[in-house]
Amino acid sequence: MPDGAPLRTAAAAAPLAVEGLTVRYDGRPALSGVTWRAAPGLTAILGPNGAGKSTLLKAALGLVPAEGEARFFGQPLEAVRARVAYLPQRASVDWSFPASALDVVAMARLPRARWFGALPRREREAARAALAAVGLADLAERQIGRLSGGQQQRVFLARALAQEAELFLMDEPLAAVDAVTEETILAVLHGLVREGKSVLMVHHDLSLVQAHFDHVLILAGRLVAAGPVAEAFTDSAIAAAFGGLPGRGRGA
Amino acid sequence: MIGHNTLVVLLGCAALGLAAGVVGSFALLRGRALLADAIGHAALPGVVAASLLVAALGGEARALGPLLLGAAVTGWLGLLALRRLTASGRIPPDAGIAVVLSAFYALGTVGLSVAQTLPGAAQAGLTHFILGQAATMTEADALLAGALALGCAGVVALLFQPLRALCFDEGFARAQGLPVRALDLALLGLMLAVCVAGLPAVGLILVVALLVVPAAAARLLAARLPAMLALAGLFGALAGAAGALASTRLPDLPTGAAVVLAGLAIFGAAALAGRRRGRGA
Repeated sequence: MPDGAPLRTAAAAAPLAVEGLTVRYDGRPALSGVTWRAAPGLTAILGPNGAGKSTLLKAALGLVPAEGEARFFGQPLEAVRARVAYLPQRASVDWSFPASALDVVAMARLPRARWFGALPRREREAARAALAAVGLADLAERQIGRLSGGQQQRVFLARALAQEAELFLMDEPLAAVDAVTEETILAVLHGLVREGKSVLMVHHDLSLVQAHFDHVLILAGRLVAAGPVAEAFTDSAIAAAFGGLPGRGRGA
Repeated sequence: MIGHNTLVVLLGCAALGLAAGVVGSFALLRGRALLADAIGHAALPGVVAASLLVAALGGEARALGPLLLGAAVTGWLGLLALRRLTASGRIPPDAGIAVVLSAFYALGTVGLSVAQTLPGAAQAGLTHFILGQAATMTEADALLAGALALGCAGVVALLFQPLRALCFDEGFARAQGLPVRALDLALLGLMLAVCVAGLPAVGLILVVALLVVPAAAARLLAARLPAMLALAGLFGALAGAAGALASTRLPDLPTGAAVVLAGLAIFGAAALAGRRRGRGA
């Protein structure tokens, strides 16, 4: 994208486009002037700890104060909220909360129901279907604190799926999960992309990037590189972002 | 034998305990339980000011309505002061609460001593608001407290789904476009209403326990929120009724203390039961 092109008139509106996105925590910049258009498909957001990966997602969603602009499908978030799903970091909530897996997933259906009283049965059924899609149909009634870490992560994925969105912003869904969960999540992600949906995913494991992702956005407090994996996921970009640490190889 | 008036006071306190348990559950899960302590203490200057104002206007200084209104006004001012204090982030919420509750309580205490130098009966009975005295409540007082409390429980029932989503995951709730500010404001309003309704019976010092103790006991036992709310409401109602009963039998006993001790007995039983359950699973 040529710098400064007006985001709103872009031909096919990008699922997410940010311009000059800057976030400060206590005055210290966590993210400086990021201008980027996400491409459709599966994008990995990479970078070392503190690179501003989660911050980028939160700023785009208006969850942290930010300067700059974020547009979803060419529009402000308020206009297209129903088309955008969010999967926060698993550690951001208290899993001893008195709720079943189904209760948590059903929260995704709240905007579709009236704001008071009980959730209609069809919405609970939609939540149940989302749980089944991540292989947790049998654990729908279990208290979330009694699920394994990987199962909890899949509950969060099911909740994002139940939002039935077109763009999914995911904050490290593959962090510290078991093999079954990783396999399930990757299969779900590829299924979403086949349906024409887009996923922007904060991600740590560089070894998975080439096999599974279409695009990368590499951050280190600012934009280091972005584009198709073949072009942007280069040794020099990784070295620039991760400070040239040896042993962070791209793998196969 | 339980007289008619005693029965009404008993039911009023039970309704109060029920509402406090239900509202307190959300306050606990939202991490705001201690705000009830700030509200309770911040209410004292309001009670004193309202009683002086009513007396100056020649009204009945012991009528509960104006006193509770005064309590609500300064309770709310206390919350606003707390927000201003902590807005910069340099004063953490716990320190802010300590500042606000002690400042307002000190102000109220000075007001009380001033009121006691004035002629007339304006100040009579005001000290009951500090430790609570259900036995002095009239039938109308109990009905007022009970109605206020049940209204709060009704609002919680209506807002159950969005409040639960907010308490579990604020970030997700905001990303979904839920009206987070309005929901938090509603929860604060509910806490304020329950605290104010609880002042005559439980007193401002211990009203925080009425919101927190039944909810905490229920949290130890319940796997889902509807069960937690039901248990917290039940525990709160039991504690409220037990405290009121004790207060009518032993008029020198501060009701607040009796209510809290009853609640703590329930909490102890819940902790034991929860531990056994945890071990068995």
